[in-house]
Amino acid sequence: MMDVYVDIIPKILPGAIITIQLLVASSCLALVIAFIAGLGRVSRFAVVRSLTSVYVELFRGTSLLVQMFFIFFALPAFGFQFSPFLAGVTALGLNYGAYGSEIVRGAILAIPNGQTEASIALNMTRWQRMRLVILPQAIRMMLPGFGNTSIELLKGTSLVSLITLTDLTYKGLMVQNTNISYTFPVFIVLLIMYFVIALPLIFGVRKLEKNASKGVVKA
Amino acid sequence: MGAIEKDLASKDSLSTLVRYENVTKRFGDIEVLKGVDLDIKPGEKVALIGPSGSGKTTIIRMLMTLEKPTSGVISMGGEPLWHKKSSSGKLVPADEKHLRRMRSDIGMVFQHFNLFPHMSILRNVTEAPIHVLGLSKEEARERAVDMLEKVGLGDKLDAYPEQLSGGQKQRVAIARAVVMRPKVMLFDEVTSALDPELVGEVLEVIKDLAKETDMAMILVTHEMDFARDVADRIVFLHDGQIEEQGTPQEVLENPSSERLQAFLSRFLRN
Amino acid sequence: MTWDWNFAIEVFPEIAGAIWLVIGITLGAYIVSLVFGLALTFARRSSFKPLALATYGFIEFVRSTPPLVQLFFVFFALPSIGISFDKYTAGILTLGIHYSTYLSEVYRSGIEAVPKGQWEAAKAMNFSKMQTWFKVILPQALPPVIPMMGNYLLVLFKETPILMAIGVGEFLQEAQLIGAANFKYLEPITIVGLLFLLLSYPSALLINKLEKRSKRGFRSTKKAVKEMNEFEELKG
Repeated sequence: MMDVYVDIIPKILPGAIITIQLLVASSCLALVIAFIAGLGRVSRFAVVRSLTSVYVELFRGTSLLVQMFFIFFALPAFGFQFSPFLAGVTALGLNYGAYGSEIVRGAILAIPNGQTEASIALNMTRWQRMRLVILPQAIRMMLPGFGNTSIELLKGTSLVSLITLTDLTYKGLMVQNTNISYTFPVFIVLLIMYFVIALPLIFGVRKLEKNASKGVVKA
Repeated sequence: MGAIEKDLASKDSLSTLVRYENVTKRFGDIEVLKGVDLDIKPGEKVALIGPSGSGKTTIIRMLMTLEKPTSGVISMGGEPLWHKKSSSGKLVPADEKHLRRMRSDIGMVFQHFNLFPHMSILRNVTEAPIHVLGLSKEEARERAVDMLEKVGLGDKLDAYPEQLSGGQKQRVAIARAVVMRPKVMLFDEVTSALDPELVGEVLEVIKDLAKETDMAMILVTHEMDFARDVADRIVFLHDGQIEEQGTPQEVLENPSSERLQAFLSRFLRN
Repeated sequence: MTWDWNFAIEVFPEIAGAIWLVIGITLGAYIVSLVFGLALTFARRSSFKPLALATYGFIEFVRSTPPLVQLFFVFFALPSIGISFDKYTAGILTLGIHYSTYLSEVYRSGIEAVPKGQWEAAKAMNFSKMQTWFKVILPQALPPVIPMMGNYLLVLFKETPILMAIGVGEFLQEAQLIGAANFKYLEPITIVGLLFLLLSYPSALLINKLEKRSKRGFRSTKKAVKEMNEFEELKG
């Protein structure tokens, strides 16, 4: 019984590495996009606000898998050929960046108006108000949301197996294909491995939620 | 625009630091200010009193550029606050650059302190001198420590706002505004959010400050004894208009309008 | 431009034809998640500790592992221990159970927002446990979280394309088959994206409106209280 698992795990471990690489790369991309789009949503320029709204609605209104397929299968029609890894990172980054931008926007808007007024009274520039006063407080409020989004993103990485990237899920399917009698243990191992990768994120979120209220004005 | 041009031309700007000319303010359907004229001289201490909703707070918030007047002109040192001269010499609505230049002479202390919760007390007070005035860290620190000692908080430099009492927070807020060395300081009901036993320490700090500074001060307050002690002039507002003004003696002891008499009698009764 | 209008118009009905299947699967899975989610909420609050703990573990595990792998597990692995479903049932069950863990959180937040006094009042009136839940607590706990519940209907809807992995002929599967047959993916996949936008965006607006309305109600109460206080102050 045990030797089945001993046989499976080394075979799919390389896939776990791909999955973690995907997770890290697309989390970074999503984070950058979330800040750019989140700040865009609260911009004083109507054009910037509407452009970022369109982006956010577009990516939240369609499906992650559809976006991934679009980037991988449809964009080559315009001459953009993405490797599966790049297509995966781009789709994950753009999709979760859109969700993340809502977290950024929500946190910025949640900072009490008195903070902005106090920084106006101290004659700070718009950017100083954002950088010195609003963002440091807002980021603390964003962290649990980002943590939750990273767990969602981890789950989303499994979709890259459908565009032929040999991630954890894909490796599992390959093992299952070559040895049908492994079907049950393979998927058990897959689920547990994803859970193990998620565990630090889960604990991180738990901790961040406890700390989130510190150092923020209670409105 | 006629009134603005006239104001720009007027030569008495040196004897007047802040001037309100027929200033009105509407919030939706509600007219909060119905044409206010008010001059404040350099160094003058003026208390604004009046019932809730009379528009006192709005008057100083407009000077701090937190609210825009609906009509009328507010000027600071002879220069319109909310307008500026374009290259062709016409008056146009002020941009951020103009507002920032004007704001450098104005400071404000808020009812709810509005300290920055993520910064230590010292950083609350040094942040703007460093980033806005461009002082070096050492200069800013020196200025801040000096001021914090003056308000009795020299031992709280490394504390955070949440560790302080309301009275202590408000004293930090005063220090934070004063180190910017504005020409006029605005105080918006600075003791209204405090527990009664903490009001005194904040009022003492402001009284001391008023005695030794040549800054002008506009104080919105419900504390009549405090207004009497600090102010050179008391202005009574009612329903968006200045109903009566004069020295503390005139206004508090010989009120001429019935409304002011009624208003004051409520305070004496309490 | 490589966009081919004739091709797009030709394949549109084929892809859009999957709409009833997609809606059926979405609603089926949503009902599963509503009911099973409520069961999870109760089990999580059970005074029988092992059950509460096991439920907690189940929720955490299901929430943090990919629905796609869960789908494979239900469709490929469960038959090897004698439990088999057709692909539609497998899809509905997987999505339904996955999102039941989210809905149980939604229920929980609604229940926790009901003031303690309501439980005490129900006890004082000698209501049974069932009566307390269904006549007192849930009628107050659910309305405020309706927008959140609606949100998960949309999330679930957008998750249906993963069912293509077990051969369910939803939008993306249809588009993929057409794309492979014609070596033209741009038009069919764009159509799928448009269909999702067309179906989800108006619903999102509706939910937004619901959310704003419930918030406005709250704010106007606060405002009313403030005005009352000011009035009192004016009266002296």
